[in-house]
Amino acid sequence: MSERENILARLREALTVPAQGHAAGLPTTDEQRRVLPAVGATADEQLALFQKNAAELRADFQPVRDHAELEAKLRALAGTEGWKKIAAHQGELAGTTARALGLPVLLTDRSPDKNELAACDAGISECDALVAQTGSVLVTSRSAGGRALSCLPPHHVVIARREQLVADLPAAFELLQQKYGANYPSMISFITGPSRTGDIERILVLGAHGPKKLTIFVV
Amino acid sequence: MTTPAAQFKTDARRVAPDLRHRDIIQTAMGKYETVRDQRKSGFQDWQAARELAARTKFQAVNHLDQYLAEFARKLEARGTKVHWASTDAQAREIIFSILRQKNARVIVKSKTMTSEEIHLNSAMVKAGYEVVESDLGEFIVQLREEAPYHLVFPSMHLTRGEIKDLFAEKLHDAPSDNPEDLTMVARRVLRKKYLQADVGITGANFAVAETGMVSITENEGNARLTAALPKTMITLIGIEKILPRLADLGLFLPMLAVMGAGQALTCYNTMYGGPRQPGEGDGPEEFHVVLLDNRRSALLADAEQRDTLGCIRCGACLNVCPIFRNVGGHTYATTYGGPIGSVLTPHLRGLAQWKHLSDASSLCGACTETCPIKIDLHHHLLQNRRNGARVKPGWFQKIAFKLYAPIANKPALWSLATKLARVGQIFQKPVIGTAFDPAAAWTKTRDLPPVARQSFREWWRERK
Repeated sequence: MSERENILARLREALTVPAQGHAAGLPTTDEQRRVLPAVGATADEQLALFQKNAAELRADFQPVRDHAELEAKLRALAGTEGWKKIAAHQGELAGTTARALGLPVLLTDRSPDKNELAACDAGISECDALVAQTGSVLVTSRSAGGRALSCLPPHHVVIARREQLVADLPAAFELLQQKYGANYPSMISFITGPSRTGDIERILVLGAHGPKKLTIFVV
Repeated sequence: MTTPAAQFKTDARRVAPDLRHRDIIQTAMGKYETVRDQRKSGFQDWQAARELAARTKFQAVNHLDQYLAEFARKLEARGTKVHWASTDAQAREIIFSILRQKNARVIVKSKTMTSEEIHLNSAMVKAGYEVVESDLGEFIVQLREEAPYHLVFPSMHLTRGEIKDLFAEKLHDAPSDNPEDLTMVARRVLRKKYLQADVGITGANFAVAETGMVSITENEGNARLTAALPKTMITLIGIEKILPRLADLGLFLPMLAVMGAGQALTCYNTMYGGPRQPGEGDGPEEFHVVLLDNRRSALLADAEQRDTLGCIRCGACLNVCPIFRNVGGHTYATTYGGPIGSVLTPHLRGLAQWKHLSDASSLCGACTETCPIKIDLHHHLLQNRRNGARVKPGWFQKIAFKLYAPIANKPALWSLATKLARVGQIFQKPVIGTAFDPAAAWTKTRDLPPVARQSFREWWRERK
């Protein structure tokens, strides 16, 4: 018998004795929503909540009116940060905007060299959603240029559309299921602020291993 | 050879009066309590959230065979190799065979307590591999060649000064004792390792049956990089980490963050469902998931303590435990410390050798009250004491109860004993706290209040 069969047989045997306890049945999404932190009913309230959470997390949140303002703001950011080389993935928001900066752009859509990516000053990506409840950016390996782009360069820039804002975590999981169904990307990540650690005397330090800075543009 | 029980006593005696240790732990825990309570109050109904979490885990654990099979099937369908290990030795051998097959030399690891449980690091180092822990706290304790102090905060027992000295000695790079500077030293060192590593090894916080994904909770981004850059990714996970549905994470991710670190959500919560898929730009070519039983199935068979398998390793029970705060994380000498460790370890390593951990408890119930999954921890400690007395009753306990029972059962004898105690205390005075004092275990470090001049019964009689 394989170890798989051995283990499963032991589990089945163990479960022949029933345990006392909670009523069977998994909680519904509504039940989850009644206990999780409140988010506000309107889209404006949720955007304000996202903004408040982002500020608390020390992410840089920048709403922009249109593509022209996006490009201008991104160019200003590139200037103040002194970017020399950036990485991005193909896409209407990320790739096109990145190329408009006039800097060398490494595209991560097809097996980018990891050392080259590590040498980039910023990674520019799109996302699947913004979550108001937690101030998170939801990315996947399919929507945001793979696994490393949003994590390896020292500055992660997210470009999102206003309508990508969802209220809470249950809504984010619903969205994932509707969008990908049986064909999920191999990585799904909720990014909640720039990388951080508190491992030395529980004092907050930003930029432990992932990006030190996170900028979120919402068009 | 010293027994674990004797070792525990020795270490506890050394750490408990150490004021410096106490100061460090109190400060860290104080900060934790403040933010944890802030975050808890952000929930609309925290107690109801605990109830939902307990219900979810109850369902998962009581159908573990079905969910685990589903989890493995879904993972395999998308190109992941799933391995099953009944014992720690089997898990190590599975991992070694992957390392050999890949001709691996450098291995980067993100935090996994399960790998501590199977003593993976020392085995890999012994076999000649270069192994680097990438979580900052784990990196620090690895440099010190010691075990993590706490499930969630491995280096909470160290000051910045000690970490600076450690970096200066081992890395020859310690610009100051500023936590930011020290973190940047580790960042520089580890960046190179991520890029060099042949294999990345991670743990996982949850295993989602419905979609065949592992979910990893972290703050630093070290697990993200470990899962992104090396060509081969291995995730080691205990079989009890199952959650039935992807949507269950909507509740569990924030609850873990609140109780583990006092955050609304940790910085990165990432689900992995396979190796690099067609159309994806990067990611490992191979993804291996190693499922570890290591006596968890035996714990499952204990219906009384089965709920323990719902533990999400948030460390909340350690943080509130008066014993943990006094004796410190290393005194337990186990993989999992604090109340959850005292309940689990006898199941994982044998009750006879580890029942003393259940005695090191005031049974105050703070652990049960804080547990986000509502595990009945302090009653399990009590059950372990009962079971421990069956397995291997101590001679002292046996004699003590033989003497005590008849006295306590006869009012006349009881009243005589209390009178004698008053006399006895007079003789105790000159030797109090010394080796000649029969109550030395108590009186060495504490006051013993004098026996009352008059017992309650005597007073009652007089009053009438």
